[in-house]
Amino acid sequence: MEISPLTLIAQGAGFFAFIYATMKLVWPPLTQAMAEREQRISEGLAVAERSAHEKELAKSKAVETIREARQQSQDIIRQAEKRAAEIVEQAKQQGRQEGERQLTAARSEIEQEVNRARAQLRAQVADLAVAGAANILKREIDSDAHQQMIDELVKQI
Amino acid sequence: MASEQYSASDIVTHHLEHWRVGEGMWAVNLDTIFFSMLCGVVMVFLLWLGARKASSGVPSKMQNFVELLIEFADNSVKATFHGPRDFMAPLALTIFLWVLFWNFLDLVPIDWIPLLAKTVFGLESLKIVPSADVNATFGLSISVLMLIIYYGIKGKGVLGFGKELMTHPFGANPLLVPFNLILNLVEMIAKPISLAMRLFGNLFAAELIFILISLLPFWILWAPDIVWALFHLLVVPLQAFLFMTLTIIYISLAYEDQH
Repeated sequence: MEISPLTLIAQGAGFFAFIYATMKLVWPPLTQAMAEREQRISEGLAVAERSAHEKELAKSKAVETIREARQQSQDIIRQAEKRAAEIVEQAKQQGRQEGERQLTAARSEIEQEVNRARAQLRAQVADLAVAGAANILKREIDSDAHQQMIDELVKQI
Repeated sequence: MASEQYSASDIVTHHLEHWRVGEGMWAVNLDTIFFSMLCGVVMVFLLWLGARKASSGVPSKMQNFVELLIEFADNSVKATFHGPRDFMAPLALTIFLWVLFWNFLDLVPIDWIPLLAKTVFGLESLKIVPSADVNATFGLSISVLMLIIYYGIKGKGVLGFGKELMTHPFGANPLLVPFNLILNLVEMIAKPISLAMRLFGNLFAAELIFILISLLPFWILWAPDIVWALFHLLVVPLQAFLFMTLTIIYISLAYEDQH
């Protein structure tokens, strides 16, 4: 354990040289890289937070849109049902009117037919009655004398 | 074994001798210088490996490890020292790692490298653990003393630093100036001495015990050797950490006003 001044000095010089080397070679690149990484990580975290917030926003917007769409579709369906009911009602009414119209037409036609038939019949019956009566009462009955009676009979038919 | 040809004390003294060149004042412990510089170069090289391709993205394993060391040193300094850390943090890491590497050399089996040096280079004596040489530990602690004075002047100015030496701790009374000065000088000198002697004492004692264990018969030698090596594994980083922490504290005390 002897003191050797030159060894001491060499050790001290080596010490400062190694500090210098560490300070110049090791510290700057690594501290810079660490600071940059810190920056990047904090930026990344901020972005993640922001996008999570945006996602939440989009989600609630989507829910709102879906709710509106459902509302609209229900409105449309209700309108369509209403319209359909109206159409059916209208058709029914038209059908009824048409039916009535046809019925009326048929009735009036029948009446006309009946009237026409009655008129023909009336004409023929008068002739037939006259002919029959003429055949039956050929001899005694004067056609002129009984004409009034026969006309009355024809009117009753 | 060697103990049959040499007495135990021969072996012990032999292991405690340095590879020393030169006489008296000009003698140099070449083994201490060589191994401590080797440690330093390896240390800077390893750190450089981590810093070489520094990226702010996902770091490589080596970069990650060196970043860990940098944060460790930076946090250790930040805890006590409140000035700029551009120099202080590299200083702390250099002390810690350099002393750690020195101390780890103590775990290399005591005979291996001296035997190699003897057979290959013909060196009679060689001590590979720099921290078991007072010249290495004092070389470090005296440099630290210079930094203490430098930071004292930097933090308080020449006048402020001188004033504190003369008026602290007893007061500014002119009669008390000599007492203050003496006390402060003693305190200042005690710092590097305690730093250097603590490290030296621990490692020297540890090495001595390894040497004594090596005197045991070979069939039992491994048992105490393992026990002591395991225990020493605690001492190695502890002493490195202590040297670093005390250096930071001493420099902070000099740099900052404590009143």
